[in-house]
Amino acid sequence: MKSFVELFEVSLRYGEDDDGTLALQDATMRVDRGEFVAVVGPSGCGKSTLMKVVTGLWPPSKGGVIVNGKEVDGPLSITGMAFQNPTLLPWRTTFHNVMLPLEIAQPHAAKLRRERASYESKARDLLALVGLKGFEDKFPWQLSGGMQQRASICRALIHEPLLLMLDEPFGALDMFTREELWLAMQELWLARRPTVILVTHDLREAAFLADRILVMSSRPGRIIAERTVELPRPRALSMTYEPYAVGLVQDLRDHIGAAREVA
Amino acid sequence: MSETAVPAGAPAPNSAPPRRRRRSRKKIGRRVLPWVVIAALFLLWQALVDALRIESFVLPSPSAIFTAGWHWRGPILQSAWQTFVETAIGFFFAIVFGLSAGIAIGSSSLIYDGFYPALVGFNTIPKVAVVPILIIWFGVGAIPAIITAFLLSFFPILVNVATGIATVEPELQDVLRALGASKWQMIRKIGLPRAMPYFFASLKVAITVAFVGSIIAETVGSNAGIGNFMLVASSRFEVPLAFAGLLVTGAMGIAMYAVAGAIERRMTGWALRGGMDIDTRS
Ligand SMILES: Nc1ncnc2c1ncn2[C@@H]1O[C@H](COP(=O)(O)OP(=O)(O)OP(=O)(O)O)[C@@H](O)[C@H]1O
Ligand SMILES: [Mg+2]
Repeated sequence: MKSFVELFEVSLRYGEDDDGTLALQDATMRVDRGEFVAVVGPSGCGKSTLMKVVTGLWPPSKGGVIVNGKEVDGPLSITGMAFQNPTLLPWRTTFHNVMLPLEIAQPHAAKLRRERASYESKARDLLALVGLKGFEDKFPWQLSGGMQQRASICRALIHEPLLLMLDEPFGALDMFTREELWLAMQELWLARRPTVILVTHDLREAAFLADRILVMSSRPGRIIAERTVELPRPRALSMTYEPYAVGLVQDLRDHIGAAREVA
Repeated sequence: MSETAVPAGAPAPNSAPPRRRRRSRKKIGRRVLPWVVIAALFLLWQALVDALRIESFVLPSPSAIFTAGWHWRGPILQSAWQTFVETAIGFFFAIVFGLSAGIAIGSSSLIYDGFYPALVGFNTIPKVAVVPILIIWFGVGAIPAIITAFLLSFFPILVNVATGIATVEPELQDVLRALGASKWQMIRKIGLPRAMPYFFASLKVAITVAFVGSIIAETVGSNAGIGNFMLVASSRFEVPLAFAGLLVTGAMGIAMYAVAGAIERRMTGWALRGGMDIDTRS
Protein backbone atom coordinates (compact mmCIF):
# COMPACT_ATOMS: atom_id res chain seq x y z
CA MET A 1 0.00 0.00 0.00
CA LYS A 2 2.54 2.56 1.14
CA SER A 3 5.27 1.48 -1.28
CA PHE A 4 7.56 4.33 -2.12
CA VAL A 5 9.46 2.59 -4.90
CA GLU A 6 7.90 -0.09 -7.02
CA LEU A 7 9.43 -1.95 -9.94
CA PHE A 8 7.21 -4.20 -11.99
CA GLU A 9 8.86 -6.72 -14.31
CA VAL A 10 11.51 -4.28 -15.39
CA SER A 11 13.86 -5.33 -18.17
CA LEU A 12 16.65 -3.21 -19.56
CA ARG A 13 18.78 -3.86 -22.58
CA TYR A 14 21.74 -1.60 -23.31
CA GLY A 15 21.91 -0.80 -27.01
CA GLU A 16 19.13 -0.70 -29.58
CA ASP A 17 19.30 -4.11 -31.20
CA ASP A 18 18.75 -7.58 -29.80
CA ASP A 19 22.44 -8.28 -29.35
CA GLY A 20 22.84 -5.44 -26.81
CA THR A 21 23.58 -6.44 -23.22
CA LEU A 22 20.49 -7.52 -21.34
CA ALA A 23 21.28 -6.12 -17.89
CA LEU A 24 17.93 -6.57 -16.14
CA GLN A 25 15.21 -9.08 -16.80
CA ASP A 26 11.82 -9.00 -15.12
CA ALA A 27 13.13 -7.38 -11.97
CA THR A 28 10.30 -6.86 -9.53
CA MET A 29 10.69 -5.22 -6.14
CA ARG A 30 9.11 -2.75 -3.78
CA VAL A 31 10.49 -0.51 -1.11
CA ASP A 32 8.39 1.14 1.57
CA ARG A 33 8.57 4.79 2.47
CA GLY A 34 11.36 5.31 5.01
CA GLU A 35 12.71 1.81 4.55
CA PHE A 36 16.40 0.98 4.27
CA VAL A 37 16.95 -1.66 1.62
CA ALA A 38 20.25 -3.20 0.56
CA VAL A 39 20.80 -4.84 -2.81
CA VAL A 40 23.50 -7.48 -3.12
CA GLY A 41 24.51 -9.69 -6.01
CA PRO A 42 27.45 -10.85 -8.10
CA SER A 43 29.53 -8.30 -9.99
CA GLY A 44 28.06 -7.21 -13.31
CA CYS A 45 24.59 -8.47 -12.48
CA GLY A 46 22.89 -5.14 -13.08
CA LYS A 47 22.84 -3.44 -9.66
CA SER A 48 24.08 -0.08 -10.93
CA THR A 49 21.65 -0.44 -13.81
CA LEU A 50 18.85 -0.98 -11.33
CA MET A 51 19.80 2.27 -9.58
CA LYS A 52 19.73 4.17 -12.86
CA VAL A 53 16.33 2.79 -13.73
CA VAL A 54 14.84 3.73 -10.37
CA THR A 55 16.13 7.32 -10.59
CA GLY A 56 14.91 7.65 -14.16
CA LEU A 57 18.37 8.11 -15.65
CA TRP A 58 17.75 5.19 -18.01
CA PRO A 59 14.30 4.30 -19.25
CA PRO A 60 13.51 0.60 -18.86
CA SER A 61 13.07 -1.37 -22.08
CA LYS A 62 10.08 -3.15 -20.58
CA GLY A 63 8.04 -2.87 -17.43
CA GLY A 64 7.29 0.07 -15.20
CA VAL A 65 8.81 1.98 -12.32
CA ILE A 66 6.72 3.91 -9.82
CA VAL A 67 8.31 6.24 -7.31
CA ASN A 68 6.34 8.27 -4.80
CA GLY A 69 3.08 7.33 -6.49
CA LYS A 70 4.10 8.47 -9.97
CA GLU A 71 5.28 6.54 -12.99
CA VAL A 72 8.92 7.42 -13.63
CA ASP A 73 9.43 8.84 -17.12
CA GLY A 74 12.52 11.00 -16.63
CA PRO A 75 15.15 11.88 -14.04
CA LEU A 76 13.66 12.39 -10.59
CA SER A 77 14.49 15.46 -8.59
CA ILE A 78 13.67 14.02 -5.16
CA THR A 79 16.68 11.74 -5.17
CA GLY A 80 20.19 12.00 -3.86
CA MET A 81 22.54 9.66 -5.61
CA ALA A 82 26.06 8.53 -4.84
CA PHE A 83 27.42 6.81 -7.91
CA GLN A 84 29.82 3.90 -7.91
CA ASN A 85 32.57 6.28 -9.07
CA PRO A 86 32.93 9.52 -7.12
CA THR A 87 32.11 11.64 -10.24
CA LEU A 88 33.06 14.92 -8.58
CA LEU A 89 33.24 17.92 -10.89
CA PRO A 90 36.98 18.46 -11.38
CA TRP A 91 36.78 22.26 -11.56
CA ARG A 92 35.08 22.57 -8.20
CA THR A 93 36.62 22.26 -4.78
CA THR A 94 35.35 19.57 -2.42
CA PHE A 95 33.18 22.15 -0.68
CA HIS A 96 31.62 23.48 -3.87
CA ASN A 97 31.06 19.96 -5.13
CA VAL A 98 29.00 19.26 -2.02
CA MET A 99 27.10 22.53 -2.51
CA LEU A 100 26.12 21.58 -6.07
CA PRO A 101 22.74 19.94 -5.29
CA LEU A 102 21.67 23.03 -3.36
CA GLU A 103 22.20 25.13 -6.47
CA ILE A 104 19.90 22.90 -8.50
CA ALA A 105 17.40 20.95 -6.44
CA GLN A 106 14.29 22.76 -5.24
CA PRO A 107 13.30 24.17 -2.82
CA HIS A 108 16.95 24.78 -1.87
CA ALA A 109 18.00 26.54 -5.07
CA ALA A 110 15.39 29.24 -4.50
CA LYS A 111 16.45 29.76 -0.89
CA LEU A 112 20.20 29.48 -1.42
CA ARG A 113 20.83 33.18 -1.91
CA ARG A 114 19.12 34.21 1.30
CA GLU A 115 20.24 31.33 3.47
CA ARG A 116 23.69 30.75 2.07
CA ALA A 117 25.39 30.96 5.46
CA SER A 118 23.27 28.24 7.05
CA TYR A 119 23.58 25.99 3.99
CA GLU A 120 27.32 26.45 3.91
CA SER A 121 27.73 25.57 7.55
CA LYS A 122 25.60 22.49 6.92
CA ALA A 123 27.91 21.43 4.11
CA ARG A 124 30.94 21.93 6.35
CA ASP A 125 29.34 19.90 9.13
CA LEU A 126 28.60 17.09 6.73
CA LEU A 127 32.16 17.08 5.43
CA ALA A 128 33.46 17.01 9.00
CA LEU A 129 31.16 14.08 9.75
CA VAL A 130 32.82 11.96 7.07
CA GLY A 131 36.29 13.08 8.16
CA LEU A 132 37.00 15.63 5.44
CA LYS A 133 37.49 18.62 7.70
CA GLY A 134 40.36 20.70 6.35
CA PHE A 135 39.92 19.40 2.80
CA GLU A 136 37.04 21.68 1.85
CA ASP A 137 39.13 23.82 -0.47
CA LYS A 138 41.01 20.99 -2.14
CA PHE A 139 40.20 19.92 -5.67
CA PRO A 140 39.10 16.33 -6.33
CA TRP A 141 42.46 15.34 -7.78
CA GLN A 142 44.07 16.40 -4.52
CA LEU A 143 42.00 13.84 -2.60
CA SER A 144 42.50 10.10 -2.35
CA GLY A 145 39.95 7.81 -3.98
CA GLY A 146 38.29 7.07 -0.64
CA MET A 147 38.14 10.74 0.24
CA GLN A 148 36.50 11.52 -3.10
CA GLN A 149 34.00 8.78 -2.38
CA ARG A 150 33.18 10.33 1.00
CA ALA A 151 32.74 13.75 -0.60
CA SER A 152 30.35 12.21 -3.09
CA ILE A 153 28.32 10.72 -0.20
CA CYS A 154 28.05 14.22 1.26
CA ARG A 155 26.84 15.47 -2.09
CA ALA A 156 24.11 12.82 -2.10
CA LEU A 157 22.95 13.79 1.39
CA ILE A 158 23.23 17.58 1.49
CA HIS A 159 19.79 18.38 0.08
CA GLU A 160 18.04 15.89 2.38
CA PRO A 161 16.46 13.90 -0.45
CA LEU A 162 13.42 11.73 0.12
CA LEU A 163 15.05 8.89 -1.77
CA LEU A 164 18.69 8.10 -1.28
CA MET A 165 20.40 5.90 -3.83
CA LEU A 166 23.84 4.70 -2.77
CA ASP A 167 25.86 2.59 -5.20
CA GLU A 168 28.70 0.94 -3.28
CA PRO A 169 29.47 4.21 -1.50
CA PHE A 170 31.86 2.66 1.02
CA GLY A 171 33.60 0.35 -1.44
CA ALA A 172 36.85 2.29 -1.66
CA LEU A 173 37.36 2.67 2.10
CA ASP A 174 39.34 0.80 4.73
CA MET A 175 37.34 -1.21 7.24
CA PHE A 176 37.63 1.27 10.10
CA THR A 177 36.54 4.28 8.06
CA ARG A 178 33.81 2.17 6.57
CA GLU A 179 32.44 1.18 9.98
CA GLU A 180 32.61 4.77 11.13
CA LEU A 181 30.54 5.78 8.13
CA TRP A 182 28.05 2.97 8.76
CA LEU A 183 27.40 4.49 12.17
CA ALA A 184 27.11 7.96 10.67
CA MET A 185 24.76 6.62 8.01
CA GLN A 186 22.57 4.91 10.56
CA GLU A 187 22.41 8.09 12.62
CA LEU A 188 21.40 10.15 9.59
CA TRP A 189 18.81 7.63 8.58
CA LEU A 190 17.30 7.43 12.06
CA ALA A 191 17.18 11.22 12.24
CA ARG A 192 15.40 11.87 8.94
CA ARG A 193 14.13 8.52 7.77
CA PRO A 194 14.69 8.86 4.03
CA THR A 195 13.98 5.86 1.85
CA VAL A 196 17.37 4.30 1.08
CA ILE A 197 18.45 1.83 -1.55
CA LEU A 198 22.03 0.75 -0.98
CA VAL A 199 24.04 -1.41 -3.36
CA THR A 200 26.91 -3.19 -1.69
CA HIS A 201 29.26 -6.13 -1.98
CA ASP A 202 29.82 -6.20 1.75
CA LEU A 203 27.25 -8.52 3.32
CA ARG A 204 28.13 -7.39 6.86
CA GLU A 205 27.41 -3.85 5.73
CA ALA A 206 24.05 -4.92 4.35
CA ALA A 207 23.23 -6.74 7.59
CA PHE A 208 24.25 -3.78 9.73
CA LEU A 209 22.46 -1.05 7.82
CA ALA A 210 19.44 -2.51 6.08
CA ASP A 211 15.93 -3.41 7.13
CA ARG A 212 15.70 -5.75 4.21
CA ILE A 213 18.24 -7.29 1.86
CA LEU A 214 17.47 -8.15 -1.76
CA VAL A 215 19.64 -10.66 -3.60
CA MET A 216 20.05 -10.35 -7.35
CA SER A 217 20.76 -13.13 -9.78
CA SER A 218 23.70 -12.94 -12.14
CA ARG A 219 23.10 -11.07 -15.39
CA PRO A 220 20.43 -10.54 -16.55
CA GLY A 221 19.56 -9.38 -13.07
CA ARG A 222 16.42 -10.30 -11.20
CA ILE A 223 15.57 -10.32 -7.51
CA ILE A 224 15.89 -13.95 -6.48
CA ALA A 225 15.77 -13.77 -2.71
CA GLU A 226 14.87 -11.45 0.09
CA ARG A 227 15.82 -11.39 3.78
CA THR A 228 14.49 -9.19 6.53
CA VAL A 229 17.07 -8.15 9.09
CA GLU A 230 15.58 -8.63 12.55
CA LEU A 231 17.99 -6.50 14.52
CA PRO A 232 16.82 -3.72 16.83
CA ARG A 233 17.86 -0.14 16.18
CA PRO A 234 20.07 1.66 16.84
CA ARG A 235 22.44 -1.15 15.99
CA ALA A 236 25.95 -1.57 17.35
CA LEU A 237 28.85 -2.77 15.25
CA SER A 238 29.33 -5.75 17.55
CA MET A 239 25.94 -7.09 16.47
CA THR A 240 27.39 -7.98 13.10
CA TYR A 241 29.56 -10.60 14.84
CA GLU A 242 26.73 -12.16 16.79
CA PRO A 243 25.26 -15.48 15.63
CA TYR A 244 22.15 -13.97 14.05
CA ALA A 245 24.06 -11.66 11.73
CA VAL A 246 26.72 -14.25 10.99
CA GLY A 247 24.03 -16.74 10.03
CA LEU A 248 22.36 -14.15 7.83
CA VAL A 249 25.61 -13.30 6.06
CA GLN A 250 26.29 -17.00 5.55
CA ASP A 251 22.85 -17.50 4.08
CA LEU A 252 23.23 -14.55 1.70
CA ARG A 253 26.67 -15.76 0.71
CA ASP A 254 25.23 -19.11 -0.31
CA HIS A 255 22.57 -17.42 -2.41
CA ILE A 256 25.04 -15.25 -4.27
CA GLY A 257 27.36 -18.22 -4.69
CA ALA A 258 24.52 -20.21 -6.21
CA ALA A 259 23.63 -17.29 -8.48
CA ARG A 260 27.22 -17.16 -9.74
CA GLU A 261 27.23 -20.90 -10.41
CA VAL A 262 24.27 -20.54 -12.75
CA ALA A 263 26.07 -17.93 -14.85
CA MET B 1 84.19 7.59 8.22
CA SER B 2 81.54 8.69 10.66
CA GLU B 3 79.23 9.45 7.74
CA THR B 4 78.95 5.83 6.59
CA ALA B 5 75.78 5.46 8.66
CA VAL B 6 73.91 7.04 5.76
CA PRO B 7 73.03 4.36 3.17
CA ALA B 8 74.70 4.94 -0.13
CA GLY B 9 71.49 5.31 -2.12
CA ALA B 10 69.69 7.59 0.32
CA PRO B 11 69.85 11.31 -0.34
CA ALA B 12 71.93 13.23 2.16
CA PRO B 13 69.64 15.04 4.60
CA ASN B 14 70.62 18.46 3.34
CA SER B 15 70.46 17.65 -0.33
CA ALA B 16 66.95 18.96 -0.99
CA PRO B 17 67.52 22.73 -0.86
CA PRO B 18 70.51 22.81 -3.24
CA ARG B 19 68.65 20.60 -5.67
CA ARG B 20 65.69 22.91 -5.61
CA ARG B 21 67.98 25.87 -6.09
CA ARG B 22 69.58 24.16 -9.02
CA ARG B 23 66.21 23.48 -10.55
CA SER B 24 65.10 27.09 -10.23
CA ARG B 25 68.34 28.22 -11.78
CA LYS B 26 67.57 25.91 -14.66
CA LYS B 27 64.13 27.47 -14.89
CA ILE B 28 65.60 30.96 -15.11
CA GLY B 29 67.94 29.63 -17.78
CA ARG B 30 64.93 28.48 -19.77
CA ARG B 31 63.32 31.89 -19.48
CA VAL B 32 66.41 33.61 -20.80
CA LEU B 33 67.16 31.11 -23.54
CA PRO B 34 64.69 32.45 -26.17
CA TRP B 35 66.13 35.95 -25.81
CA VAL B 36 69.64 34.62 -26.19
CA VAL B 37 68.59 32.80 -29.36
CA ILE B 38 66.96 35.93 -30.80
CA ALA B 39 69.96 38.08 -29.97
CA ALA B 40 72.27 35.51 -31.52
CA LEU B 41 70.17 35.41 -34.70
CA PHE B 42 70.32 39.17 -35.01
CA LEU B 43 74.08 39.19 -34.48
CA LEU B 44 74.55 36.47 -37.09
CA TRP B 45 72.33 38.38 -39.50
CA GLN B 46 74.32 41.58 -38.92
CA ALA B 47 77.62 39.76 -39.39
CA LEU B 48 76.46 38.11 -42.63
CA VAL B 49 75.18 41.35 -44.13
CA ASP B 50 78.40 43.14 -43.17
CA ALA B 51 80.69 40.38 -44.35
CA LEU B 52 78.95 39.75 -47.68
CA ARG B 53 78.24 43.44 -48.25
CA ILE B 54 74.61 42.77 -49.06
CA GLU B 55 72.87 45.87 -50.33
CA SER B 56 70.38 47.39 -47.92
CA PHE B 57 67.51 47.25 -50.47
CA VAL B 58 68.01 43.49 -50.77
CA LEU B 59 68.46 42.56 -47.14
CA PRO B 60 69.00 45.40 -44.69
CA SER B 61 71.12 44.76 -41.63
CA PRO B 62 69.47 44.78 -38.19
CA SER B 63 71.25 48.01 -37.34
CA ALA B 64 69.83 49.66 -40.47
CA ILE B 65 66.39 48.33 -39.61
CA PHE B 66 66.56 49.61 -36.06
CA THR B 67 67.84 52.98 -37.21
CA ALA B 68 65.02 53.37 -39.72
CA GLY B 69 62.47 52.11 -37.24
CA TRP B 70 63.64 54.50 -34.56
CA HIS B 71 63.57 57.39 -36.99
CA TRP B 72 59.99 56.63 -37.99
CA ARG B 73 58.88 55.47 -34.55
CA GLY B 74 55.93 57.86 -34.46
CA PRO B 75 54.17 56.59 -37.60
CA ILE B 76 55.12 52.99 -36.80
CA LEU B 77 53.57 53.11 -33.34
CA GLN B 78 50.50 54.85 -34.70
CA SER B 79 50.07 52.16 -37.37
CA ALA B 80 50.71 49.40 -34.87
CA TRP B 81 48.09 50.86 -32.56
CA GLN B 82 45.59 51.02 -35.43
CA THR B 83 46.22 47.38 -36.25
CA PHE B 84 45.99 46.43 -32.62
CA VAL B 85 42.64 48.16 -32.20
CA GLU B 86 41.22 46.50 -35.34
CA THR B 87 42.47 43.12 -34.17
CA ALA B 88 41.08 43.61 -30.69
CA ILE B 89 37.62 44.62 -31.94
CA GLY B 90 37.45 41.75 -34.42
CA PHE B 91 38.71 39.38 -31.75
CA PHE B 92 36.15 40.63 -29.25
CA PHE B 93 33.30 39.88 -31.65
CA ALA B 94 34.90 36.53 -32.44
CA ILE B 95 34.80 35.66 -28.74
CA VAL B 96 31.18 36.74 -28.37
CA PHE B 97 30.04 34.92 -31.49
CA GLY B 98 32.37 31.93 -31.17
CA LEU B 99 31.39 31.34 -27.57
CA SER B 100 27.64 31.63 -28.06
CA ALA B 101 27.55 29.68 -31.31
CA GLY B 102 29.91 27.11 -29.79
CA ILE B 103 27.57 26.64 -26.85
CA ALA B 104 24.57 26.26 -29.16
CA ILE B 105 26.32 23.80 -31.47
CA GLY B 106 27.97 21.85 -28.67
CA SER B 107 24.82 21.39 -26.63
CA SER B 108 22.31 20.52 -29.33
CA SER B 109 22.88 17.71 -31.77
CA LEU B 110 20.13 19.19 -33.93
CA ILE B 111 21.93 22.51 -34.29
CA TYR B 112 25.19 20.64 -34.71
CA ASP B 113 23.89 18.53 -37.57
CA GLY B 114 22.23 21.52 -39.20
CA PHE B 115 24.95 24.13 -39.01
CA TYR B 116 28.27 22.40 -38.68
CA PRO B 117 28.71 21.36 -42.33
CA ALA B 118 27.87 24.89 -43.49
CA LEU B 119 30.35 26.35 -41.02
CA VAL B 120 33.10 24.01 -42.08
CA GLY B 121 32.39 24.87 -45.70
CA PHE B 122 32.53 28.55 -44.89
CA ASN B 123 35.79 28.13 -43.05
CA THR B 124 37.49 26.57 -46.05
CA ILE B 125 37.02 29.75 -48.10
CA PRO B 126 40.33 31.62 -48.14
CA LYS B 127 39.52 34.84 -46.30
CA VAL B 128 41.96 36.88 -48.44
CA ALA B 129 39.51 36.36 -51.28
CA VAL B 130 36.78 37.98 -49.24
CA VAL B 131 38.70 41.17 -48.44
CA PRO B 132 38.11 42.88 -51.83
CA ILE B 133 34.39 42.26 -51.44
CA LEU B 134 34.45 43.71 -47.95
CA ILE B 135 36.21 46.76 -49.34
CA ILE B 136 33.53 47.16 -52.00
CA TRP B 137 30.86 46.96 -49.30
CA PHE B 138 32.43 49.02 -46.54
CA GLY B 139 35.03 51.12 -48.34
CA VAL B 140 38.70 51.46 -47.54
CA GLY B 141 39.29 51.73 -43.79
CA ALA B 142 39.20 49.93 -40.51
CA ILE B 143 35.94 48.02 -40.98
CA PRO B 144 37.14 45.47 -43.57
CA ALA B 145 40.14 44.78 -41.33
CA ILE B 146 37.95 44.26 -38.28
CA ILE B 147 35.64 41.95 -40.20
CA THR B 148 38.54 39.96 -41.63
CA ALA B 149 40.03 39.57 -38.15
CA PHE B 150 36.64 38.38 -36.93
CA LEU B 151 36.09 35.97 -39.82
CA LEU B 152 39.44 34.32 -39.32
CA SER B 153 39.33 34.01 -35.57
CA PHE B 154 35.80 32.99 -34.61
CA PHE B 155 36.07 29.52 -36.06
CA PRO B 156 38.77 28.09 -33.78
CA ILE B 157 36.92 29.48 -30.77
CA LEU B 158 33.60 28.03 -31.91
CA VAL B 159 35.01 24.60 -32.67
CA ASN B 160 36.82 24.38 -29.36
CA VAL B 161 33.88 25.49 -27.23
CA ALA B 162 31.55 23.14 -29.10
CA THR B 163 33.98 20.25 -28.62
CA GLY B 164 34.38 20.99 -24.92
CA ILE B 165 30.64 20.99 -24.37
CA ALA B 166 29.84 18.04 -26.62
CA THR B 167 32.40 15.81 -24.93
CA VAL B 168 31.19 16.20 -21.33
CA GLU B 169 31.45 12.80 -19.66
CA PRO B 170 28.06 11.05 -19.40
CA GLU B 171 28.80 10.33 -15.73
CA LEU B 172 28.96 14.03 -14.96
CA GLN B 173 25.76 14.59 -16.91
CA ASP B 174 24.10 11.90 -14.82
CA VAL B 175 25.11 13.70 -11.63
CA LEU B 176 23.19 16.76 -12.77
CA ARG B 177 20.32 14.91 -14.35
CA ALA B 178 19.80 12.96 -11.13
CA LEU B 179 19.23 16.30 -9.42
CA GLY B 180 16.56 17.27 -11.94
CA ALA B 181 18.71 19.91 -13.64
CA SER B 182 17.32 21.74 -16.67
CA LYS B 183 19.13 21.79 -19.99
CA TRP B 184 20.37 25.30 -19.30
CA GLN B 185 21.61 24.33 -15.83
CA MET B 186 23.51 21.43 -17.35
CA ILE B 187 25.22 23.82 -19.76
CA ARG B 188 26.00 26.34 -17.06
CA LYS B 189 27.15 23.95 -14.37
CA ILE B 190 29.07 21.41 -16.42
CA GLY B 191 29.15 22.29 -20.12
CA LEU B 192 30.72 25.72 -19.76
CA PRO B 193 33.23 24.96 -17.01
CA ARG B 194 34.22 21.86 -18.88
CA ALA B 195 34.66 23.85 -22.13
CA MET B 196 36.76 26.58 -20.51
CA PRO B 197 40.15 24.90 -20.97
CA TYR B 198 39.27 24.37 -24.63
CA PHE B 199 38.07 27.96 -24.93
CA PHE B 200 41.17 29.50 -23.41
CA ALA B 201 43.42 27.23 -25.45
CA SER B 202 41.63 28.40 -28.60
CA LEU B 203 42.19 32.05 -27.71
CA LYS B 204 45.92 31.64 -28.34
CA VAL B 205 45.26 30.46 -31.87
CA ALA B 206 42.40 32.88 -32.46
CA ILE B 207 44.25 36.04 -31.43
CA THR B 208 47.11 35.15 -33.75
CA VAL B 209 44.89 34.56 -36.77
CA ALA B 210 42.85 37.67 -35.96
CA PHE B 211 46.08 39.64 -36.15
CA VAL B 212 46.99 38.02 -39.45
CA GLY B 213 43.49 38.85 -40.71
CA SER B 214 43.67 42.56 -39.97
CA ILE B 215 47.13 42.83 -41.52
CA ILE B 216 46.00 41.04 -44.68
CA ALA B 217 43.05 43.40 -44.99
CA GLU B 218 45.29 46.41 -44.46
CA THR B 219 47.67 45.17 -47.10
CA VAL B 220 44.94 44.58 -49.66
CA GLY B 221 43.18 47.88 -49.16
CA SER B 222 43.54 50.36 -46.36
CA ASN B 223 45.15 53.67 -45.62
CA ALA B 224 46.27 52.92 -42.10
CA GLY B 225 47.68 50.16 -39.95
CA ILE B 226 50.96 48.33 -39.90
CA GLY B 227 50.07 46.27 -42.98
CA ASN B 228 49.51 49.44 -44.96
CA PHE B 229 52.67 50.94 -43.47
CA MET B 230 54.79 48.05 -44.76
CA LEU B 231 53.11 48.21 -48.15
CA VAL B 232 53.86 51.94 -48.49
CA ALA B 233 57.45 51.51 -47.26
CA SER B 234 58.20 48.75 -49.74
CA SER B 235 56.55 50.60 -52.62
CA ARG B 236 59.00 53.45 -51.91
CA PHE B 237 61.86 50.95 -51.73
CA GLU B 238 62.48 51.88 -48.13
CA VAL B 239 63.34 48.28 -47.43
CA PRO B 240 64.79 48.79 -43.91
CA LEU B 241 61.57 50.52 -42.92
CA ALA B 242 59.46 47.68 -44.32
CA PHE B 243 61.55 45.28 -42.28
CA ALA B 244 61.07 47.46 -39.22
CA GLY B 245 57.31 47.12 -39.72
CA LEU B 246 57.75 43.39 -40.05
CA LEU B 247 59.66 43.18 -36.77
CA VAL B 248 57.00 45.21 -34.98
CA THR B 249 54.36 42.88 -36.41
CA GLY B 250 56.26 39.86 -35.15
CA ALA B 251 56.69 41.37 -31.70
CA MET B 252 52.99 42.21 -31.48
CA GLY B 253 52.00 38.70 -32.52
CA ILE B 254 54.25 37.16 -29.91
CA ALA B 255 53.00 39.53 -27.23
CA MET B 256 49.33 38.77 -27.95
CA TYR B 257 50.04 35.05 -27.94
CA ALA B 258 51.84 35.38 -24.61
CA VAL B 259 48.98 37.33 -23.03
CA ALA B 260 46.44 34.73 -24.22
CA GLY B 261 48.68 31.97 -22.90
CA ALA B 262 48.99 33.66 -19.51
CA ILE B 263 45.21 34.06 -19.28
CA GLU B 264 44.80 30.40 -20.16
CA ARG B 265 47.15 29.24 -17.41
CA ARG B 266 45.44 31.49 -14.92
CA MET B 267 41.88 30.54 -15.74
CA THR B 268 42.12 26.78 -16.14
CA GLY B 269 44.33 25.76 -13.25
CA TRP B 270 42.08 22.82 -12.44
CA ALA B 271 42.64 21.24 -15.83
CA LEU B 272 46.40 21.64 -15.51
CA ARG B 273 46.23 20.45 -11.90
CA GLY B 274 47.86 23.59 -10.59
CA GLY B 275 46.97 27.21 -9.82
CA MET B 276 44.29 27.54 -7.17
CA ASP B 277 43.17 31.06 -7.83
CA ILE B 278 40.16 30.32 -9.96
CA ASP B 279 36.54 30.92 -9.16
CA THR B 280 35.10 27.48 -8.66
CA ARG B 281 31.48 28.52 -8.71
CA SER B 282 29.75 29.09 -11.98
N1 LIG C 1 26.21 2.21 -20.32
C1 LIG C 1 26.24 0.90 -20.63
N2 LIG C 1 26.20 0.50 -21.91
C2 LIG C 1 26.24 -0.80 -22.23
N3 LIG C 1 26.28 -1.79 -21.34
C3 LIG C 1 26.32 -1.47 -20.04
C4 LIG C 1 26.30 -0.11 -19.61
N4 LIG C 1 26.36 -0.09 -18.26
C5 LIG C 1 26.40 -1.38 -17.87
N5 LIG C 1 26.38 -2.22 -18.93
C6 LIG C 1 26.34 -3.68 -18.86
O1 LIG C 1 25.27 -4.07 -18.06
C7 LIG C 1 25.63 -5.11 -17.18
C8 LIG C 1 25.30 -4.72 -15.76
O2 LIG C 1 26.10 -3.62 -15.38
P1 LIG C 1 25.98 -2.94 -13.97
O3 LIG C 1 26.90 -1.79 -13.98
O4 LIG C 1 24.57 -2.65 -13.68
O5 LIG C 1 26.53 -4.07 -13.01
P2 LIG C 1 26.71 -4.04 -11.43
O6 LIG C 1 25.81 -5.06 -10.86
O7 LIG C 1 26.58 -2.67 -10.92
O8 LIG C 1 28.20 -4.56 -11.26
P3 LIG C 1 29.28 -4.17 -10.16
O9 LIG C 1 28.88 -4.85 -8.91
O10 LIG C 1 30.55 -4.71 -10.70
O11 LIG C 1 29.26 -2.68 -10.04
C9 LIG C 1 27.10 -5.38 -17.41
O12 LIG C 1 27.21 -6.56 -18.16
C10 LIG C 1 27.59 -4.23 -18.24
O13 LIG C 1 28.49 -4.68 -19.22
MG1 LIG D 1 27.82 -1.32 -10.15
